[in-house]
This record gives sequence, structure tokens and C-alpha cells, in this order.
Amino acid sequence: MTALVAMLRKDLLLQWRGRAQIVAIFAFGAATLLLFSFAIGPDSVALRQHAAGFLWLGLLLASTLSLADSFEGEMEEQALEGLLLLPASARAIYYGKAIANCAQLTLMGAALVSLIVVLYDAGTLRLLSLLGVIVLGATGLSAPGTLYAAMTAQSRARQTLLPLLLFPLVVPVLLAAVKATSLLILGDPMGQLGSWASLLGVFAVVHWALGGMFFERVVED
Amino acid sequence: MAVSAAGLGRRHGRRWVLAEVGFELPEGALAMLSGRNGSGKSTLLRVLATAIRADVGTAHVLGYDLRLDREEVRRNTALLGHRAHLYERLTALENLALAARLLDGDGRRAALLDRLEEVGLVDRADDAVQTFSTGMRQRLALARVLQQEARVVFLDEPYGHLDPQGFLLVDAVLRRLRARRCTVLMATHLLERARMLCDRGLILDEGRLVFAGATAEMPEGAVTGGAWFAEGA
Repeated sequence: MTALVAMLRKDLLLQWRGRAQIVAIFAFGAATLLLFSFAIGPDSVALRQHAAGFLWLGLLLASTLSLADSFEGEMEEQALEGLLLLPASARAIYYGKAIANCAQLTLMGAALVSLIVVLYDAGTLRLLSLLGVIVLGATGLSAPGTLYAAMTAQSRARQTLLPLLLFPLVVPVLLAAVKATSLLILGDPMGQLGSWASLLGVFAVVHWALGGMFFERVVED
Repeated sequence: MAVSAAGLGRRHGRRWVLAEVGFELPEGALAMLSGRNGSGKSTLLRVLATAIRADVGTAHVLGYDLRLDREEVRRNTALLGHRAHLYERLTALENLALAARLLDGDGRRAALLDRLEEVGLVDRADDAVQTFSTGMRQRLALARVLQQEARVVFLDEPYGHLDPQGFLLVDAVLRRLRARRCTVLMATHLLERARMLCDRGLILDEGRLVFAGATAEMPEGAVTGGAWFAEGA
């Protein structure tokens, strides 16, 4: 637990020091939302209907940049190798980084929601539920994202490889997150939100368990 | 034995960068490892420190098998490599504090400042590593190696990038490690300097160990650098 706390502190501190990069990634997510809204046109009903999908697509695209960036610092001076040789537990390293990435994605998701309200006129009064869905979705994205970011970190083509590996794996998470968010924005007469949120939760648990299991194999020679 | 290896080999693609390397180092030995560029020195140190795996052969550090007891080997060894193992966005102090937390060591600011004082970086304690020169990074990496208080230390060209004061610092560190009965294996091209400090020597040539013994018995050519293993030098 001490190692996990140390890793989390380190990763949050690294994110804070690299906040200019985070702002740039958020701007990228915001730009995608803006472009999607242009693609739909001035039809406010269509905009509201597609808002959830575009929110999660924007977040997914931005996440590939932030996840790849989270391993930049680990590779610059082989700091990750240094941690493993101390020795620090590979699981603590993984979970520390995955939690920090999840927190970053949650913040980015919450910030993008405010843009969705402005650009797509797609708000909801169930803010806590929306935050819950964003947290669950970010959890489901960050666990496999952290694992694959570690896997591709030493590759020159990491910016291309990461989405290629990650996107197929997170399709179920994306579908469940879009459906749950859509129900919050457009209404939930059949009470389906709980089921989609549970599905998100199950995906998150599975991804976090598998990520912790495989990370050591990924980072060790 | 502190370090023993038998038939160690490591391949990069089709080329064997280490082949059939076998030697023993007793506890408390201070050994120099020399050889031309690309002779496999760094690879050997990285294999012994468990940073990379050997493709063939066996090796033990303090009786722990490199393959089976990686955790124990890592707990008892420290590696100063070509890369400093530091976070560039963190300060010198934060880098040491992180290591202290993971090592259950003394993470108080005063203790960490003392450590930085030892390597001449105390006045840059709160500066980010990304503002450091290569030599300063090397000094900080050395501070982290000392922080580990390992029983076996692998140093890969510890004099590299350092100024003359840095050379004296490394000399002092080596003497201190010897006083602590620490076993040290150090790859270096500063052959005369290393021979004065070390009691044992290993020479690698194209991945093969061509000499292992007391430094006094090292082939003269190998020590002077105009050697049979470094034609044209």
C-alpha cells in the first residue's frame, strides 16, 4: 500500500508538472466536439441525440494522447526501469498510474460535459449520476489504456499503435458509457441506466484485474 | 561468493553480445570490467542487475538465482547505468524522496539534503532534473545508488560525463563502498585509475570473457589501453 501511495503521488505530481500538455490535450478534445457539432449542423434535436456519442468519442481520442504522455516521463531516463530495480512492485506502479490516468480522464470528461451543454444544448439535472457514469467510463478506459500505453511506450510508432490496440478493446466500455450518458441527457423512461452502469462497472473490474495481472510481463524484459 | 556466473549469454537479434561468460567475485571485491566499446560490458552489468534477462547460462548474486529470485537480487543490488533512472519533471529532492519511500528509508528533507551534499548537488536540491547537465544527472544517480545501501553495486562508467571533482567523488564513493564490505563491479575505460582502486579485473572482448583475475595480473596492454583487445587505440 505504501508503494501504491508513493506511485500515485509521483504520477499526480508528474501530471501537475506537465499541466500545459494536459491543457493542450483538453483543447484537442474540445476541438473534436466543435467539429462534430459542425458536422451535424444547426439541428438542435439531432445535436442533443448525438451529444453522448460525441462526448465519449472526444474523450476517447483525447485519452490516447494523455495515456501515451503518461509514459513519456517513465522512458526519458529509463525511470520505470529504475523503479523496478529498487525494487518497486510492478502492480503498485500500474495501479498508481492507472488511478492517476483515471483521475485525469474524469476531470477531462467533466470539463467536456460543460462544452456539450454549450455546443449541443444537451444538459441534465442528474449531475451526480452523470459524474458517476464519467467516473465508470474513465475507469474502464484508463485500465487497458495504461497497460497498452506501457506496451507501446518504447515503440517509435506509439501514437499510432496505442489507438490501434486500445480501440477494439474498449468498444464495449464506449457503448455502455454512450448509452448511459444518452439516457441521462434524453431521459430514461424504462429505467435502464442502472443496467448500463452495472455493465460499465463489470468491464472496469475485469480490465483493472487483468491490467494488474499482465503489467509486470509488459514492463519486464 | 557475491557474484557468480556460468555460461551467461545474451543475444541481440542474431548477434551474441555476451557469450559463455563465467566468473566469480568474492564478497567485498572491488572489480573493474574493461573492454572495447560494444564488447558487452553494459549488457553484462544489466543482466547481473536483472534489468534484462540472459538468454542462456546461470548467475547468482549473494546466492540468489537471477531467474528465480529476481526480487531478492534487486533488493540487494544497485545499478548505475548509462541512463540515470530519474524523473526529469521532478526535482532532485523529489527523486530521492520517491526512492526513500519505496526503500523504507529515511525520507526526511534533512536526510535527503545530506545525501545531495555527498554528491555536491545540495544547492540544486529543489531544481527539476530536466534543468541538470548530464554530469549532474550522473551525480544524482550516484546519490540514489548510495541511498539503496545495496550489498552488491554495479557501476557502468561512473566517471563518464563527470568533471575532475566528480572523478574524486567517484573515487571516494568506491573507497566507502569497499569500507562497507560492499561488492562492486565497475565498467570503465579509465584503466589506470581503476587498477589503482580495484583488486580484481575482468576483460571482455566481443562478448567473451578473456581475462578474470587480480588487477596486478592483468595483461599490461589491456591496462595501458594500447592493447591486444583494442588494436589501434
